[in-house]
Amino acid sequence: MASYTVTIAETGESYRCLDERSVLEGMEALGRKGIPVGCRQGGCGVCKVQVLEGAYSKRVMSRAHVSAEEEAGGCVLSCRIKPSSDLRVSVVGAMKKNVCRPVAAQPLSNPPETT
Amino acid sequence: MAMTGVLRPGHVQIRVLDLEESVKWYTEVMGLLPMGRDAQGRAYFKTRAERDHNSVILRQADQAGMDFFAFKVLDDATLADLERKLQAHGVKTERIPAGELLETGERVRFKIPTGHTIELYAQKTAVGSTIGCSDPEVDVVDGPGIRPIRMDHCLLYGGDIDGNVKLFTEVLGFTLVERVKLEDGKTDLAVWITCSAKAHDIAFVRQAEDGKLHHLSFQMPSWESVLRAADIMSIKRVSIDIGPTRHGITQGTTIYFFDPSGNRLETFCGGYDHYPDMQPITWSWENVGRGIFYHDRKLNDAFLSVVT
Repeated sequence: MASYTVTIAETGESYRCLDERSVLEGMEALGRKGIPVGCRQGGCGVCKVQVLEGAYSKRVMSRAHVSAEEEAGGCVLSCRIKPSSDLRVSVVGAMKKNVCRPVAAQPLSNPPETT
Repeated sequence: MAMTGVLRPGHVQIRVLDLEESVKWYTEVMGLLPMGRDAQGRAYFKTRAERDHNSVILRQADQAGMDFFAFKVLDDATLADLERKLQAHGVKTERIPAGELLETGERVRFKIPTGHTIELYAQKTAVGSTIGCSDPEVDVVDGPGIRPIRMDHCLLYGGDIDGNVKLFTEVLGFTLVERVKLEDGKTDLAVWITCSAKAHDIAFVRQAEDGKLHHLSFQMPSWESVLRAADIMSIKRVSIDIGPTRHGITQGTTIYFFDPSGNRLETFCGGYDHYPDMQPITWSWENVGRGIFYHDRKLNDAFLSVVT
């Protein structure tokens, strides 16, 4: 099996990733950080990256987080792509933590009647 | 307590990105029994111990998440009565015809204030558990897969969880079991409620975005069986979120993990019995970490942010 170098543009950090592993799995397996880790299965969208350079294979990912246009343009979930060359990626996804903000939650205590 | 009205969680429909991969995974890793497919291509499952025809339904879709979660009610008269009470509460209801889901009677479908679709139904064909109803043996857990006892509960994320609590307690007869307060000491961040004597049949966390699934939970018979499930998850390279560990809230032992489409599932054991006369347990914001993950004693980013 081959391995390729994945570079995270924001930090300049790089790691070797086996071609049988997803870009996210490769990062995690070596204890590296930089891309947020969520479900690792293409569903939650937190590990979204823009591939800046390089080739990869991909699997189906949630349209709630990646549109067909984005996917065609290399804006993909890093848990669903495997490297087939060295890659340079930029992190797009984020952990929103929007349940943590009581201030933001307050208006929701008395919302308009939706039922 | 007399068990009438809403009895228990009955079925859930989950969206998956690759149906065939998911059918294989729910069969071989979860150890659920495949119960057939319908004309729409949806795949049906039950656990070995469940007696009704199906509890988990998978639908191929382009995004992960939950279509609906349903509770079984005592009988047809109860269904009609609850339908009237929902309408009197201002909830718009819809009747889904019998047979729309395999081996399932008419369902009363409605939206709750957090945007999730909930259903009630009274009829589902009793096909029996693996051991049957006559002079049964013990169902020894020695076969492949995790083999949970039942589809047990779900945790849903959305905005107006206060409206949900009002609807479930005032109309559907649920009881508040536990809750977590936000920093202000007043607003509920999360609530756990039951229609039975379980520690929870459904739970809600307040989040800006409506209609989200945090996890779908399966009950296990023992802490040891939760650890066995963890071994199976590693052997099968399942994406584990956290655990094995324990929740302070409900006191249950747990693993959070993900199905092949990123829907979070839980294998859960323990909890305690809650009766309607009991005072709810309240957790302060300062202790929410210990409440959610009793051993780590801190919240992780994924608990707050990763939903489908």
